[in-house]
Amino acid sequence: MVTISLLQMNSVGEACTDLKREYDQCFNRWFAEKFLKGDRSGDPCTETFRRYQRCVQKAIKEKDIPVDGVEFMGPNKDKPES
Amino acid sequence: MDSCLSSSESMLKHYKTSYLTVSFCLTQLCVCVSTSTHVLTEDVVYREVTADNRLFSRRLLMKTNRLPRWAESFFPGGMSRSVYIIEDSIVDPVNRSLTTYTWNLNHTTLMSVEERCVFKDSAEQPATTQLKREAWISSSIYGFSKPIQEFGLARFKSNQVKAMKGLEYALSNLQGETPQRLLRDTVKDASEKAKEAAKTLASAAAVPQKPQQYV
Repeated sequence: MVTISLLQMNSVGEACTDLKREYDQCFNRWFAEKFLKGDRSGDPCTETFRRYQRCVQKAIKEKDIPVDGVEFMGPNKDKPES
Repeated sequence: MDSCLSSSESMLKHYKTSYLTVSFCLTQLCVCVSTSTHVLTEDVVYREVTADNRLFSRRLLMKTNRLPRWAESFFPGGMSRSVYIIEDSIVDPVNRSLTTYTWNLNHTTLMSVEERCVFKDSAEQPATTQLKREAWISSSIYGFSKPIQEFGLARFKSNQVKAMKGLEYALSNLQGETPQRLLRDTVKDASEKAKEAAKTLASAAAVPQKPQQYV
């Protein structure tokens, strides 16, 4: 099973790109090898995710990006299934 | 002029649905669907595995803003070249579906684009995956909503072509074949299989869906 990342992307926080890629690598492996196969054993990426989030959430705040305030899949709720 | 009235007059929502049948097995492939060439940054800002083993994710994407000249002239103060986009997604490995919902955070006065993509196993063509992609495009600039929406729709269509090319490229890298041959061959295989299936089935599917039908 393969997960594809077509490009190595950067983070919106310039200082966070390395942490982001470290997390992405961990996540991609867990996603393909565990999650998609229905393996519910623990998530090995919590620590690397925490480090990455500390950095990127700070950058988001500094750049005033209005990420919060919309419920997950929020606008989708108004859209009927077609 | 009542500003409330004028903004509701110009807030036309355009809704387009397109279906595309892509021949790859959902079990063999999970592709990153945001394959736009203008995305500069991509960040996961929230992620959760739910009790029923679905994966919820929120991503923040930053793209450059590619406005045509005529649109730029309406913003004499200049406008930020960065467009921020949120993509919420749900991966359901049990029901074998991927749903993404995408919208832009800024530049919404000029143009608001919301998009929903649902990848599911195709009922009509077994062993293929169907992508249903819908977009809602609106603009609240009084008097200019129609040309902006036309522009938005045209760009949506051309982005769709690019996104499909990106998908073809990803598939070809996976399977080691050249992109065009892969999709054309698999489309041909799928339609031949569909013909056979239609002959043996008592009733054909109600919705006629041709492969690679773009709106």
